[in-house]
This record gives sequence, C-alpha cells and structure tokens, in this order.
Amino acid sequence: MEFFKIRKDIPFMRHALVFNVISLLTFVAAVFFLATKGLHFSVEFTGGTLIEVNYPQAADTQKIRDTLAGANFTDTQVVNFGSSRDVLIRMPLKPGQDSAALGSSIAGVLQQADAGAQLKRVEFVGPQVGKELAENGAIALLLVIFGIIVYLALRFEWRFAVSAIVANLHDVVIILGFFAFFQWEFSLPVLAAVLAVLGYSVNESVVVFDRVRENFKKMRKATVPQVIDSAITGTISRTIITHGSTQLAVLSMLVFGGEVLHYFALALTIGILFGIYSSVLVASPLVMWLGVSRDQFVKPQKSKEEAVV
Amino acid sequence: MNRYPLWKYILIAVALTLGLLYTLPNFYGEAPAVQVSSVKATVKVDLKLLGRAEEILKAAGIAHQGVFADQNSVRARFGDTETQIKAKDAIEKALNPDPENASYVVALNLLSRSPAWLTSMHALPMYLGLDLRGGVHFLLQVDMKGALTKRLDATAADLRSLMRDKGVRHGGIARERDLLAIRFRDAETRNKARAAIEISQPDLLLTEVQDGADFKLTATLKPEAQKRIQEFAIKQNITTLHNRINELGVAEPVIQQQGADRIVVQLPGVQDTAKAKDILGRTATLEVRMVDDENSQNPAVMEEAAKGQPPVGTEYYVERSGAPLLVKKQVVLTGDRLTDAQPGFDNQTHEAAVHLTLDSAGARIFKDVTRESVGKRMAILLIEKGKGEVITAPVIRTEIGGGRVQISGRMSTVEANDVALLLRAGSLAAPMEIIEERTIGPSLGAENIERGFKSTLYGFLAIAVFMAIYYLMFGLISVVALSTNLLMLIALLSMLQATLTLPGIAAIALTLGMAIDANVLINERIREELRNGATPQAAISAGYERAFGTILDSNVTSLIAGLALLIFGSGPVRGFAVVHCLGILTSMFSSVVVSRGIVNLVYGGRRKLAGLAIGNVAWK
Repeated sequence: MEFFKIRKDIPFMRHALVFNVISLLTFVAAVFFLATKGLHFSVEFTGGTLIEVNYPQAADTQKIRDTLAGANFTDTQVVNFGSSRDVLIRMPLKPGQDSAALGSSIAGVLQQADAGAQLKRVEFVGPQVGKELAENGAIALLLVIFGIIVYLALRFEWRFAVSAIVANLHDVVIILGFFAFFQWEFSLPVLAAVLAVLGYSVNESVVVFDRVRENFKKMRKATVPQVIDSAITGTISRTIITHGSTQLAVLSMLVFGGEVLHYFALALTIGILFGIYSSVLVASPLVMWLGVSRDQFVKPQKSKEEAVV
Repeated sequence: MNRYPLWKYILIAVALTLGLLYTLPNFYGEAPAVQVSSVKATVKVDLKLLGRAEEILKAAGIAHQGVFADQNSVRARFGDTETQIKAKDAIEKALNPDPENASYVVALNLLSRSPAWLTSMHALPMYLGLDLRGGVHFLLQVDMKGALTKRLDATAADLRSLMRDKGVRHGGIARERDLLAIRFRDAETRNKARAAIEISQPDLLLTEVQDGADFKLTATLKPEAQKRIQEFAIKQNITTLHNRINELGVAEPVIQQQGADRIVVQLPGVQDTAKAKDILGRTATLEVRMVDDENSQNPAVMEEAAKGQPPVGTEYYVERSGAPLLVKKQVVLTGDRLTDAQPGFDNQTHEAAVHLTLDSAGARIFKDVTRESVGKRMAILLIEKGKGEVITAPVIRTEIGGGRVQISGRMSTVEANDVALLLRAGSLAAPMEIIEERTIGPSLGAENIERGFKSTLYGFLAIAVFMAIYYLMFGLISVVALSTNLLMLIALLSMLQATLTLPGIAAIALTLGMAIDANVLINERIREELRNGATPQAAISAGYERAFGTILDSNVTSLIAGLALLIFGSGPVRGFAVVHCLGILTSMFSSVVVSRGIVNLVYGGRRKLAGLAIGNVAWK
C-alpha cells in the first residue's frame, strides 16, 4: 500500500509567501483572542476549590445552586461534568475564608439535601501555589525554547534553529488561541501537552532540515528553493504517516480518556495538525528568507578538488 | 551483511527477559489485605505478632491466603473485600482491646498477588498515584517566619535569665519583628552584657545602636542559625505528622518534604478528609499552672464550679484520680520550654513516670516557682485540641532546680509512654497551613485506570493495524518493536517504583504514538533506497544507518522538552514528564536496536533476496 506517489518535486517554495501570510493571519487571530478573551485557567492556576459530586440520578444543577446559595455559598459555578449524573462545583478563593475546610463543608450541605450525593473528588489550591505554577510553566517554556535552539544550532546552523523555534512557537500560540477562543479549560495537563507538542513538532522540522542538508551535498546544481522543495517532497510521506500514527494514539485518548484527558488530547490534536503545517510550510520558507546557502554545509575548497579530479 | 554480532542478540534477549520479569507483577493484580503495624517505638513488629495474627484469624474462622511479615508490618491477604473487613475487625478487637489507647495500626490495604519469588527479586507492580487508587493529598506550607519568631521569643527569655545570672542591669528586652532589642543605661553595662551574650548565645549576631539617650544592643539570628532552625522545624513537623497519621490507620502514608518549606502528605485510601485534617492540625502541649488550694477545699465553691461557675481567674478540672480541683488560669510554664520528654519510672515508688527536661529559662522559672510555693499544689495539664486535662497535681515538697522534672501520678507504663510521645512530638515546631488539597474517591480512581488502559490499548491496536497493512512485514516488525517498547517502559516504571498517574498513562499512550515515528522513518528510508535501485540487503543497511541521525535529533529535542517538564513541573505534569522521558529512552532502544535485530533475523541470512515485504515500491 502506498498513499503518496509523487514523481516530481512539489514547488512548495514558490508559494512560500502565501503560506507565511496565512500563518501570520492565524497567529494574529490567536494573539487577538488571547488578548481579548484570555485563557480560562483551571483551579490549579487561579486557586480555589473544585468539587466533583456524583448523584444516583440525573443531577439538577439549578437545585444544587440554590441549595448552596441557601447555605451561604455564593459565587459558585455548578456544571455537569462528563455525564448528567456528575456535577462539578467551582468556587473561587475568597479572602478571610477558611478555604481548606470548604470542600468538606460543601459536601455536608449537599449530602443533607440529597443523601445519594457522593463526593468523588475535592481539589483545593491556595493562591501561592497557583502563582508558582504559572511561573514554573513560563520557566519551563523558556528552558525548552533555549534548549532546542542550542541543540539545533550545534547540530545544524543557527538559521535552522531560529526558524524551527519560530515555527513551533507559532504552533504553541495557535493552540493557546484555540483555548482562548473556545474558552476551554487550561489546566496543568494541557500545559504539559503544549510543551510536549513543542518538543514533538520540532522533530518535524528536524527531519526536513536533515534532508535539506543532505540535498545540499547531493544536488550540486540546484537552487536553494529547489533543494528545499525536494527535501519537503522526499519527507512528506513520512511526515503524514508519522503524525497520523501519533494522532491515532491521541484520538484514542480523546475518545476513551474521559474528561480529565479530554483537553490534554485536544491540545495535542491541534498541536499535531498545526505542527505538520508549520514545520513544513513555515519553518522552511523562514530558513530560505534567513539566507541559507550551500556554502554553509559544503566546504567550497573540497568541491574544487573534486572538480579537478 | 545484515547480521548482528552475538552480543547484540544477547543484549536484546537480556533486556527483554528483564522487561518481562519486571512487568509480570502487574498482571497478577492485587488482593485485599489487612496490614498491622506498630504505633509505638516500644512495641515491635516481629514473628510473634505474625503468629498472633494467624491465631486470631483461626479463632475467628476467617480464611486467609497467607500472612507475611516485613520490617515494619505484618500483612494478611484475603480472597475478597468482605473477608478483609471481617478480618480487620477481628484483628483490631484482639490487638487493641482499648480503642482509646491503641498500640497497633490495623489498616486495610492491597497486596500484590504476584508469587513470592517475584517479590523477593523486588519485582513489584507499578506504584499507583492517588488519582488512580483514591485517597487524600495535602500540601502543607510551613510558616518559617513563625518558627524564627518562636525561637526569638524563647531566646528573649533566655537572655533575661542570663542578665539576671550575671548581675547585668538592663532596661528591658523586647522583640521587634525579627530582632531583639536590649536597652542599657550606659556603654559599660552594654559591653559587659555583650561579652556575656556572645559566650552563651553563639547563634546571635549583635549590633550596638545608639537610640537617643538609650544604649541599645540589637540581636538577630545568624543566617546559618536561621537555616538550621528552619531545617529543624520542618523535620520536627514531619515527625509530628508521622506520629499523628499513625492514629488514622493508613496503610502506606507518604510524608515528604517538598522544597525548602513544604510538606506533602498523601494518604491512599482515606476518604474522610475532615478527620484527616483534624488529626493533622492537632497540637498537644503542656502547661504548668498553680492550683487554687483555698477554693478547692471549699465544698460550696466546688459545687458552684462543677455547675460551670468557677471563681474568677480559675478553671474547674477533674484530676485523673477523679478528684475535682480548681486551677488558676495564669500559666507558669508552657510546653515551649520543654526540650525533652521521656517515659520512665519513679526512683522511690517505682511508679510509671514521665521525665521532662526544661530549657534554661524554663528551669529558672520552675526553680523560682517551686521555691516560693513549697507546700502548695501545682497542676500539670496536657492541652490537646484546645481542651485541657490535669495529668497530675502534686504538692511541692522542696525547691526543684536543674530543669529536670518528673510527672507521676496514677499512670500506667503505656500512658507514660503516650504522654511522653505526645509532649515530645505533640507540638509543631512551626505553624502550618494547608495550601493544596486533593481528594479522589475510590470509584473515580478505578474509572481513571480503566480510561487510561482503554486509551492505551485502542491507540496501540489502531497503530498496529495501520502499520501492518501499510508496511506489511516491516510493519509487523515495527509493531513487535513497539510492544517491546511498551514492555520495557512498564518494566522500568515498576522497577523504579515511579508513581504512575493518569497523565502518566496518557504519556504511555502518547509515547507509543510518537515512538512509531522512528520506525516510519526507517521504513520510508528503506523504500526510498529500493526505489533508487539498491539491493534489498543494501537498502536495509542504508535505511537504518541514514535514519538513525534523524531519529537521534528528533528524540533529543523531545527529551529537552520532557526534561524541562520534569524539572519545573509539579503534580500531574511531573507524572507525565517521568513517563514521557523514560518512554523516549526505551523507544530509541526498541525501534532501532530491537527492530533491526528482528529484521536481521528474518532477512539478514538470505543471500539471494529478491525483494522486501515493505509495501509498494514499484513506482518511480
């Protein structure tokens, strides 16, 4: 079986400008939504209390809200979680309140109203923890960017390192843009997914760049766009199959993983889809604009000797 | 030409055997068990206890599947949870006849069903995190400033008694935020005081300050002393938490320091957070107060007091012997002055007693009070959860100096032990606050395991089917390599006993999806070589060699991201990162070394190879 029978190199680089404009537009849109709507951070980041309650029958969220308001718990958010019988209650941090005891007291109130209510999960996060998580997340992101730039600069060339990281940061911003636009919950596992995507989709650029380097040595007469076109065409089959396989695993998580893994898998899905696009169609034009040339890989002296022979 | 030297095959065989062995315990599952461990240092868990547990079960007619002992506990395995609960009740009743004063923790637990020979080579099932097995997680912040303030207050009292000992007159010692200020009338007294303090309090950093007409000496704790006090505070708090959690009867509690000033407490299987919090926040401390003898002997006053109306400035208590008494509210001495408490015996009466050691300021106060109150009664109270209990109220016969005090009074040896332990570990060295709490119900834990398992299984199957169809023989080989990757990853997780969480399982599923990348790269490369006219054997060799550089690069970048997550992540992120990083390492081995090994076995030996079963390569 064979999906791709490409006989001629596809002239990707001829349309480089178009791709870059598309990227720029999506990027700007993502930044716009991030700025206007912001991310819907989970309790882990904002601090607060999260309570998951299971009812034997379908739960009436309005009634639960009223019960809680009656017991003087205002400002609560009550939503269904996964099924109609599971309810998630969110409460923000309030100064002067003994937040640590909140979970058990709410459980008490709910059980009084409905004896079948069963506490499945309570999460309480203090304000200092959330701030630290956000800080650590940012540091981790910077560390990943720095580590990858250094490694790629050593293995290839600084132009490749910069293009790869720009292309993949563009993915990260777009994932975040999706989360901002749909107001999906941004939790710790999502952050992990975003950083994993960063490491993962750089792979893609690496594979293409590897080929570019090889082609520079092999295709002596070709121009830079031709070399890049040939590299992308040569790897496109592998790119799509690899990402397809990874997506199969992620899809399985999306279907069977339940609520907890839902957004994690969603972030990975967006990351994988845009990862293919950006590492092929954003990183490569960038390398070209940055002025990559054969001389950076093939020592001119050596080629002269060969010519004499 | 495509042959591996023998040592490579042996390496693969060894890796796979080890992988299989250490993955094995995960298949046996877990059986309900009852775990008995000791609460007290004096009560040892030994073979005698093992025998006793067996006898108890036999007497109660409960069938068990074996009773085992390790260093700290005795565990009995049962067929089902019903028997387990019955057994727990029976053992609890027999070992702890007095529930108020238990010497053993009898807890429900799960025990691996894997055979003994596996357990003996430390092949254990993966260690499941709280989100998979249910339980409570607390993150406690230790108030380090509080620890330092407490220490400075104690130092202020020490300095007062030092000044008195040396006959240095001062105009008051006061704590001003994080420093102590001592006022003097002239420079000469200040110098004298300074010399004395420098000798007896080497932890203090002294500075002379001129404040108007006052000659001031300010003292702060030296940075190294601060560090030492903080380290001690967190250790002391961990010890205290250990002692308290023992009361909860948790099978495998985790109490660990996290960072410089935090403590993580994980109680698997515990659902009652309210009780857990109550016990964690408990403090027991000692108070020494004087007894109001006059009123205590007045029956009319005592009758009123028993009804809840004691005379002003006193409190009504009933002594352990049952005798009521009135105790003055003014506190002579608190447990802060205590440096040690040990159980022992009274030298004369041979009664059980608790021997207390006081610090220098405490010793001085105690000496002064006993000198002034010979013939009067002094009450020693244990304050627990805000409620006091008079342990003993002896008559003071002589002045007691030297800071060594003995409490005795109708205590059993066990009680003396308990009181000493409570006093020693009862008070926290620094206040703590819960800054993160997570409770996961057992049903949610089981659900999470199922979700994670299904995600991994179906993801793996989908990839396997696709690879086999698309790359034929080479696809099958890739799938075998992928399964060895899964095998080794699970073996590694079991071996390291790294905590497996739901994000960890997600990382396993993701690792499988990403690991196949290496095989896709190799297979595509081999196809390409074949298209370019290479012979099958040359194509295999070139395919593997050329793909390796790319595989290495792409895995290193993934590893960089994984390591960053591992270093800066906490909680669920770390759980993900551990598995992700390990998975990258195992996938490098399996997709390159193992798959090549199989390819070499299948194709390497054939001289005349017409083609490879790797799918369509005919076009070009």
